[in-house]
Amino acid sequence: MTILSVFDIGLAVLILGIGVWTIAAREAFAAVIGFVVYGLLLSIAWVRLSAVDVALTEAAIGGGMTGMLMLGAVARLRLAKGNDTRASLPVRLAAGVLCALVAAGLATAILSPPEAIPTLAPMVMENLAQSGLGNPVAGVLFVYRALDTLLEKVVLILALLGVWSLAPDSVWGGIPGLRLYAQRSSTLTFLAQLLPPLGIVVAIYMCWVGAKEPGGAFQGGTVLAAMWLLVMIAGLRSVPSIDQRWLRLLLVVGPVIFLAIGIAGMVLATAFLAYPAGYAKPLIVAVEFALTLSIGVALGLLAAGPPERVQRP
Amino acid sequence: MNAANLFGLCGAALVGFGLYGLVTNPEPLRKILAFNLLGSGVFLVFGVVSRRAAASGLGGDPVPQAMVITAIVVAFAATAMAIALVLRLLQETGRSTLNADNPGGTNTDRGNS
Repeated sequence: MTILSVFDIGLAVLILGIGVWTIAAREAFAAVIGFVVYGLLLSIAWVRLSAVDVALTEAAIGGGMTGMLMLGAVARLRLAKGNDTRASLPVRLAAGVLCALVAAGLATAILSPPEAIPTLAPMVMENLAQSGLGNPVAGVLFVYRALDTLLEKVVLILALLGVWSLAPDSVWGGIPGLRLYAQRSSTLTFLAQLLPPLGIVVAIYMCWVGAKEPGGAFQGGTVLAAMWLLVMIAGLRSVPSIDQRWLRLLLVVGPVIFLAIGIAGMVLATAFLAYPAGYAKPLIVAVEFALTLSIGVALGLLAAGPPERVQRP
Repeated sequence: MNAANLFGLCGAALVGFGLYGLVTNPEPLRKILAFNLLGSGVFLVFGVVSRRAAASGLGGDPVPQAMVITAIVVAFAATAMAIALVLRLLQETGRSTLNADNPGGTNTDRGNS
């Protein structure tokens, strides 16, 4: 038994333990903190599966952003007394048995390897050189499955529209109800002044390096969103109202450029979302940079929530 | 047992836990949390199953990795939407429960009037 396998077993036990904690904890607050830790541990598991791109996304979005959203919701829901009763013992037992069956079925599927293993990896590697990219995951995201990536950005914007549309009519176009912690000369203020320059550099680096190494538009965009939220929560910059034109422009610039290049591909190359030969890499990097901005703004606004007050004149 | 299978079994167990929490926990926020646990378990199982095809000198198959990245982002979007719905429910009724047969909360209908 090597050190690495001991590490893997320890990691799996920790993940399972914290997973149980997020379900079983009495306080919602404790469960959410558990969930953030769980996201970070899970990203280590993804690194162990040599999926570093997934690990970065899981840590940034699965743990960080979701955790932040949940914490905000817990703080608001704390005052609300739910009169929910837990399910009765027989129901819980039945649910436990059925869920264990589902898990056991999945475990059997994992332990019984198929005879012929389907994979597209060799095809990806054969054709990757044509795109000029070094990271096969970026190649899949922006070349082979570009339509998925484009639609995913649209899903983010649709989710944001959904969140905004939950606002009462009277505050439509107002300022999102992000909870602020604007205290003069607090540690948060210090961090909000210190971190954003570093964070912006890291975000640009992640976006740029995503063509060759693990990284990319999602990860860079999440870092940007985190920096923006930090500055807003510390009260150094005010939360913009959602009817600002620049805000909406930033939201759509990524998908619009992506779509424009896709349509140009119908004329200049062979198909929708095809890149002209030799120009693939510069076009993809341009799309990634525009998407990073849009993703950053979309994630930040999703975390900030629906508008709650209108701008005072 | 190799590392991939170990994490695959871990993912299978997480699917079970998440499903259990989703079914038995009455609070909407805890249901969303359990749903996320369920989702990440599914991603882990998917990642491990597809990793068998690790060929061409790669650590893993890039196609499913790209799909999992997309899935994580879409799951986040869905979570944000669900949390916004729960908070709006709280704003409208003063309660945060899915329990429909006990309409005891005061209806304050601030807003669309």
